[in-house]
Amino acid sequence: MPHILVDKDLPGIRALLAFSPRTAEPMGVLAEALLRTSNGLAPAERELIATYVSHLNQCFYCDVSHGEIARCYLKGDGELVDEVRKGPDAAAIPEKLKTLLNIAGKVQKGGKYVTAEDVSAAKEAGATDADIHDTVLIAAAFCMFNRYVDGLAANTPADLASYEKRAAQVAEHGYGNHIYTTPQPV
Amino acid sequence: MAHIQVPTGVPGIRSLVMFRPETGEHLYNLAQALLRGVSPLTEAERELIAAYVSGRNECMFCMSSHAAASRCLYGEERNVVDEVLNDADRANITPKLKSLLHIAGRVQILGKEVTQNDIDDARSEGATDEEIHDAVLIAATFSMFNRYVDGLASFTPNDASAYEAMGERMAYNGYVSPQKQL
Repeated sequence: MPHILVDKDLPGIRALLAFSPRTAEPMGVLAEALLRTSNGLAPAERELIATYVSHLNQCFYCDVSHGEIARCYLKGDGELVDEVRKGPDAAAIPEKLKTLLNIAGKVQKGGKYVTAEDVSAAKEAGATDADIHDTVLIAAAFCMFNRYVDGLAANTPADLASYEKRAAQVAEHGYGNHIYTTPQPV
Repeated sequence: MAHIQVPTGVPGIRSLVMFRPETGEHLYNLAQALLRGVSPLTEAERELIAAYVSGRNECMFCMSSHAAASRCLYGEERNVVDEVLNDADRANITPKLKSLLHIAGRVQILGKEVTQNDIDDARSEGATDEEIHDAVLIAATFSMFNRYVDGLASFTPNDASAYEAMGERMAYNGYVSPQKQL
């Protein structure tokens, strides 16, 4: 049960956003700008970073939600998402994404864990400054979203099929206020 | 030196936001809504929670700047800021604010660290749902800002007077993204 009185019909962060519209607005547009652009990293890569960090933070709701959104962009390849969760080194992904996931994992522990060597390895693998920036900010943002969801013990649906439906909604229409103001996908 | 090529001489998050205004504007708007928007917590209290979490994350830039903003907003009671940063349990603040800082400290570790006991304690000191929500979200948000600032190794001034001026600007002007100021 959530620590505060929120709409029990809304899952996870959606109920928290509805509780606090004044902060929901900038959080929604931040997620949209950070995760849905193809300027540099592809949306699938961005969602894989979000999933990996949420997995490390043991935030079940965000881990499953963003893993499903990544799977939408990856044409249903859930195995790749699971490989990334287990550890990017052994995953069937390009070297550049591995080095970026390594940086994201460091950010998850704390900003100062990122070393000049981590950044050089990413640049050598072809990452631009913008790629590195976006990776650090996605990882940092999920250290926020994960803490928001679990810190208030938000509702975490046990029905895994519901995550797929919400993921399809986000993959199609993006992030923003509509995820809590319009009827939940069924 | 920062890990990526940001404008030189510009401190902390400001340099990162100038590098990537597409996301920067929303980050500033979030800070403004959370720390200056309508809340049962005062602006001074909210800045204090931000400084406290940043201190625990050892983010010198965010800790120093938000502590400076909080001192400014507390005015004559400004000493409580350093008391909290030194030892929140012994600071001369209300039991309610102590219980909210305790929750913020749990969130700084990880969301799941917040226990029902922590929430019950805050409620018994009179904390409302809105206050608990804001304490958790401020702590969560600074777990982001701190990682953003240090994860990219942005420029952190050592000069205390630089933070004093920054704190005054934050206290009186709020959070305005660099683009909007141009």
